[in-house]
Amino acid sequence: MLLINCPWCGPRGEHEFSCGGESHIARPALASTDAEWSDYLYFRKNPKGEHLERWRHDFGCRQWFNVARDTRTHAIRAVYRMDEQKPEPER
Amino acid sequence: MKRYSAWSLFQEGLGGQKGWRPAWRAAAPKARYDAIIIGGGGHGLATAYYLARNHGLTNVAVLERGWIGGGNSGRNTTIIRSNYYYPQSIALFELALTLYEKLSIDLNFNVMFSQRGLIIAGNSRHDMETIARLIGAMRLLGVDVEEITVDEIKRAVPALDCSPRARFPVFGGYRQKRAGTARHDAVVWGYARAADALGVDIIENCAVTGFEKSASGRVQAVETSRGRIACDKAAIVVAGHSSVLAEAAGFRLPVTSYALQAFVTEPVKPVLDVVCWTLATGVYVSQSDKGGLVFGGGLDLYPSYAQRGNLPIGASVVGTLAEQFPGFGRIRLLRQWAGIVDVVHDSSPIIDETPVPGLYMNCGWGTGGFKAIPAGGWLLAHQIATGKPHDIGAPFSLNRFRTGALIDEAAGAGIAH
Amino acid sequence: MKSARLAEGGDIDRARRLSFTFDGATFDGFAGDTLASALLANDVAIVGRSFKYHRPRGLMAAGVEEPNALMAVGEGPGTEVNLRATEIELTQGLAARAVNCWPNARFDVGAVNNLIARFIPAGFYYKTFMRPDWGFFEPFIRRAAGLGKPSAEADPDQYDALYAHTDILIVGAGPAGLAAARAAAGGGARVMLVEQDPLLGGSLRWRGGEIDGAPAKEWADELSRGLRMDEEARVLTRTTAVGYFDHNELALIERLVDRDTRLRFWRVRAKKVILACGAIERPLVFAGNDRPGIMLASAVHRYLGQFAVRAGERLAIFTNNDSAYALARDYAAAGGDIAAIIDHRRDSPAIDHALEAGLNVVTGDAIATGGASSLSGVTVRDKQGRERRIACDALAMSGGWSPSAHLFKQSGGALRWDDAQACLRPDRSVQAERSVGAANGDFGLRAALSGGHEAAVAALGELAIKTAPIALPRAADKGDRLKISPLWRVRAKGKAFVDFQNDVTADDIDLSAREGYVSIEHLKRYTTLGMAPDQGKTANVNALAIMGEATGRTPAEVGTTGYRFPFTPVPIAAFAGFQRGRLFHPTRRMPGHAAHEALGAVFEEYGGWLRPACYRRAGETPHDAEQREALAVRTSAGIFESSTLGKIEVKGPDAAEFLDRIYANTMSTLSVGKVRYGVMLNEYGVIVDDGVCARLADDCFLVGTSSSAAEKIAFTLEEWLQCEWPDLAVIVAPVTTAWGVVTLTGPHARDILLGAGVDIDISAEAFPHMSFRAGKAAGAEARIFRVSFTGETSFEVNVPPAAVEGVWAKLMAAGKAFGVTPVGIDALMLLRAEKGYLHIGGDTDGTTNALDIGWDHVLKRKSDFVGRRSLLRPADQARDRFQFVGLEGVDGGGALSIGAHVRKIGATGETEGYVTSSGFSPILKRGVALGMVKAGRLRKGEILDLQDGSKRRVRITDPCQYDPEGARLHG
Repeated sequence: MLLINCPWCGPRGEHEFSCGGESHIARPALASTDAEWSDYLYFRKNPKGEHLERWRHDFGCRQWFNVARDTRTHAIRAVYRMDEQKPEPER
Repeated sequence: MKRYSAWSLFQEGLGGQKGWRPAWRAAAPKARYDAIIIGGGGHGLATAYYLARNHGLTNVAVLERGWIGGGNSGRNTTIIRSNYYYPQSIALFELALTLYEKLSIDLNFNVMFSQRGLIIAGNSRHDMETIARLIGAMRLLGVDVEEITVDEIKRAVPALDCSPRARFPVFGGYRQKRAGTARHDAVVWGYARAADALGVDIIENCAVTGFEKSASGRVQAVETSRGRIACDKAAIVVAGHSSVLAEAAGFRLPVTSYALQAFVTEPVKPVLDVVCWTLATGVYVSQSDKGGLVFGGGLDLYPSYAQRGNLPIGASVVGTLAEQFPGFGRIRLLRQWAGIVDVVHDSSPIIDETPVPGLYMNCGWGTGGFKAIPAGGWLLAHQIATGKPHDIGAPFSLNRFRTGALIDEAAGAGIAH
Repeated sequence: MKSARLAEGGDIDRARRLSFTFDGATFDGFAGDTLASALLANDVAIVGRSFKYHRPRGLMAAGVEEPNALMAVGEGPGTEVNLRATEIELTQGLAARAVNCWPNARFDVGAVNNLIARFIPAGFYYKTFMRPDWGFFEPFIRRAAGLGKPSAEADPDQYDALYAHTDILIVGAGPAGLAAARAAAGGGARVMLVEQDPLLGGSLRWRGGEIDGAPAKEWADELSRGLRMDEEARVLTRTTAVGYFDHNELALIERLVDRDTRLRFWRVRAKKVILACGAIERPLVFAGNDRPGIMLASAVHRYLGQFAVRAGERLAIFTNNDSAYALARDYAAAGGDIAAIIDHRRDSPAIDHALEAGLNVVTGDAIATGGASSLSGVTVRDKQGRERRIACDALAMSGGWSPSAHLFKQSGGALRWDDAQACLRPDRSVQAERSVGAANGDFGLRAALSGGHEAAVAALGELAIKTAPIALPRAADKGDRLKISPLWRVRAKGKAFVDFQNDVTADDIDLSAREGYVSIEHLKRYTTLGMAPDQGKTANVNALAIMGEATGRTPAEVGTTGYRFPFTPVPIAAFAGFQRGRLFHPTRRMPGHAAHEALGAVFEEYGGWLRPACYRRAGETPHDAEQREALAVRTSAGIFESSTLGKIEVKGPDAAEFLDRIYANTMSTLSVGKVRYGVMLNEYGVIVDDGVCARLADDCFLVGTSSSAAEKIAFTLEEWLQCEWPDLAVIVAPVTTAWGVVTLTGPHARDILLGAGVDIDISAEAFPHMSFRAGKAAGAEARIFRVSFTGETSFEVNVPPAAVEGVWAKLMAAGKAFGVTPVGIDALMLLRAEKGYLHIGGDTDGTTNALDIGWDHVLKRKSDFVGRRSLLRPADQARDRFQFVGLEGVDGGGALSIGAHVRKIGATGETEGYVTSSGFSPILKRGVALGMVKAGRLRKGEILDLQDGSKRRVRITDPCQYDPEGARLHG
């Protein structure tokens, strides 16, 4: 079980959270093409490695925040609020 | 290929079983193939086999990063069924089921397809209304499903708690008699052996690292851990790792990879004769021929490439089985494992040419790829060989994500497959 | 074989004699025995039968790795099967039976399989049983397979679950684990020490030796007492660490004795983990190595030292390393006769010492064993090729040691092959973990003590916990190296077992190699090696090395299979813990539950809530009740509790703008005090919920949702606000359970509310449909909404939950004169079907978009809203989509069956539509139905065949079939 360091509540077990998938996806305007809209709805990076994703602390502060997590090891490198910058890419 | 039979087994028994040859050759890569299939799972091997058998294309290689059948083909709960809702899905999974019914004889390899039947139990009146709609749609198209009563479920699955006191009481359900289970490894090995006999090279420990394209953008070779291999056509058939190879080829997919856990208990004498699935919890269980209860439930809740599975979901699935089958509580969990499944929004597969000309793919089976192996291979082989999608495969195009014409079984049938 | 109990010694209490039965025969043992040690003390040679060939088997091991002695214990619902005799603590009256044999372990009919063994090698079933089909043969195979027979009755026991956090978790309380605990405890660090046996000490309890000048066992007991007094240290015995998960979380199973609860499932999050799980000895692979009387050397040693049981009168030892020599010493000291030490190695100082001590040492290999039901002798081939038979009734074998690296591997760590010690040992840690002692491949007492000690000191340092330095415990033992000479198999005629539990032989591995199943995973799957309940604990390393020999690869090149959770089998009920019965997915109850119960409500679950489906009176069927209740609403008044309806307050300067983006229709034009029906889509254009939205103030709305969507919609609103539109000044507060709701509906609804007392003007003029007022009603502060799910004049009275029962009682009393009738969900669903009101999730599914229900007008809006762009896609605008319509039987008859499909008259093939809601309308005296039909809205009036076997035909109509003008609604 992951231990996630909620920016508002501190470290808590994964069962208090839910994962909202890839973060930093821009929502296209109404005038977007079908292809742009489809990319937004369905197409994901799905990396084997570090994934920037958003999580919500359901049984806590109910706040969304971002997590940089390795999808191979599940190690979490960084946790940052929605209004914070992405961490520098891992060297 | 030395034929398998009771007679050959007897003869070999007299000689100490010394006369058998490898089920498939440990082939070294040639410089060039007409078609390269990336991924030595069931779908990839079936694609190679049907390319050779149905289309006479035998200069074919299957490249496998590790050992064949080491991904989801060897990690699933081996259930085979065709109880789908939409006509496109029914055509696809009926093709698979029909091929499975003759597969042991076709491949001369006993894949132990046991048509013991599938029972799906509904746990509310709403479930029963959904079931009526589902099986009505299936029966219009000839799928062998029938509604059954609580009493019939009690008789067929005495271990399931059907009492009114149960937290999720059973209101009734339906059955597919032709559904069942098969030995997953045997499906892989049977396809490998039969494809090998037709001349296909099966190359293990050969990881694909990149693609080489012609000036016009067409695939012309794959780069591998064992060197460059030229090809006319190639196909990516790697389930949970599809996004990784797609990125190497320069495009993206509507796929997210998740861990799906499965579980087996210690072997016990027969306690469950059918495959059973309840709608309220989504937990499904069957008993293997060896005696272990094989079961599973929902996906882990975040993207993962770790073939491991997490404890909260695992414990919830195992605990749920104990609650719904009160007599199973003291049977002991022997082993848990996980496969990385390729989930797309509508939980239907993608069988299509990719944005890279000459490069094809078969992915998106999510949690249900094993049951479709013969069809996945059959349809992709058709498209690789002819350049055009098979009628049954055509709806499962990549383009459906642009038009919105999804085939969303979970949304339509209320059941995630 | 003549095994026997010694007169003294061991951890047993000779004052407490316990009687037990095995396969029906009665025996005696002592407190402190395991079933295995007691059987051995009673000279029971055959304790089980093998899985495939049903060969007679005796005990091979003394711990969790035991492959042969699988037992069923208990009767009826308390039956447990496949338990290892080595892990069953002896209790008075214990009744054990060997599994997988009939009638018993000594005489087993299944042994016929052994006679045809040559025709049924590994994987034989893949080559035959194909015609007519597998289903023809399968029932026979199924009956023959499986081990124990479980009870079909419900498990009667209780289970528990606990979460714990600790600074340092130490797994295993052998020398390494104890040394770690000793160094870690006492300095303020929270320490957990976990041991699978009832007593701490591990091999210190039976292997002899001295630590810090005291006998090892006394050192362990002294330390154990100290740890139990330490408040910061938690010692769990009878507890097995079975899993190592992400972020240093481990799963433990604690067996509770003399308690109502049987097992406790611990999930422990540790800052640092020290794995001191020891090592498992390997058998040697030679012909006849499965004969009863042949055991692991460590097992013979442990039975001798811990249980005071001698495995035989004349013991032979077959080894390829130094570790078994200590057994020879102790066995002789206990009065046993050492027939010979057969050492595969040419030389070793240990051999010289043994020769000096007068022992018979043969340098060579065992090539065969003899004996009828148990061992009588072993045939040895020496280095010169000479063969001779040595009479013995027990044989101890040691093929080397495998570090118990299961948890390490589960943690994500990698193993490496150590040629010098001939084992796989932990290499690189991935999590905050250290393997120490034998678990790390550091064999010998001194290495164990220093490994454990140093790991604890290092962990404390990393945690920045300062403790007074403590001296490293000192042991005299110098045997830190095995001096092993690998011997993976002895080539000779006869079955040489590798996996004893699944009956896999060295020849099977050869066959697997011959047939190309050369990957270690293919070997495992093809031969089933390592897949039995013991998961190959004694088999896997021998197997990979033998496969290496067969294919010209080193063990390192062959590699290993995964080590899966759990380390030892765990009853599945233990995973549920206490979340069983009523605590398994607990249901929720409304504030007025007791009132409904008193009125005879038949409860069903709707989205997690228990709600009355109907209120059955004597002699009524549920259908009768539904009809009576529905008619009462149309003709007089009904009352129901709808506290479960979702309520979310949305407040702030941008609340109206926000809701305009959330709903498919506009909410900003709503005036204060008014209520509007709205539909919410997801980003895919699919309808996810509908409900009413009230404007409580200029900057405050109350969003109403369906009961089952309450939580989901609240989260969705938060997600849009926090992730997409953080610039909007809005807050969202879910208040569903802050309000209880009692609704009056029907032509007399107003009369009843007036009768119960209300301090606001509720006349139709002052308080019209689709508006709300705040005031006092039926004695409670209330928000009253005029919205209707039935098509009748309705007052939805929202009050504090604690007031619900009082309000309900007052309204019932006031309604008595009007015949007010409690109404269940069944009647409500029928009433709304008459009106053609949509039921999300019933009439719609996860593909239904806004256009499918006729909401084309939302595309005329100027601004964007969630899901709008998706409605513009070709597939969303396709002409043949399923659209929401009404359906009526052409025969004017009863209800249509829900879920039934429709097709054009006489058509075949796929569905053209289906019935989603239906019932018999008591007011219209005919069936009413709703459904989804392809392009249905353009096909009003068309007649279709109903595909439910009834041969009925239906006509497509408007959804609304009762009071289409809405006169009653506004009354």
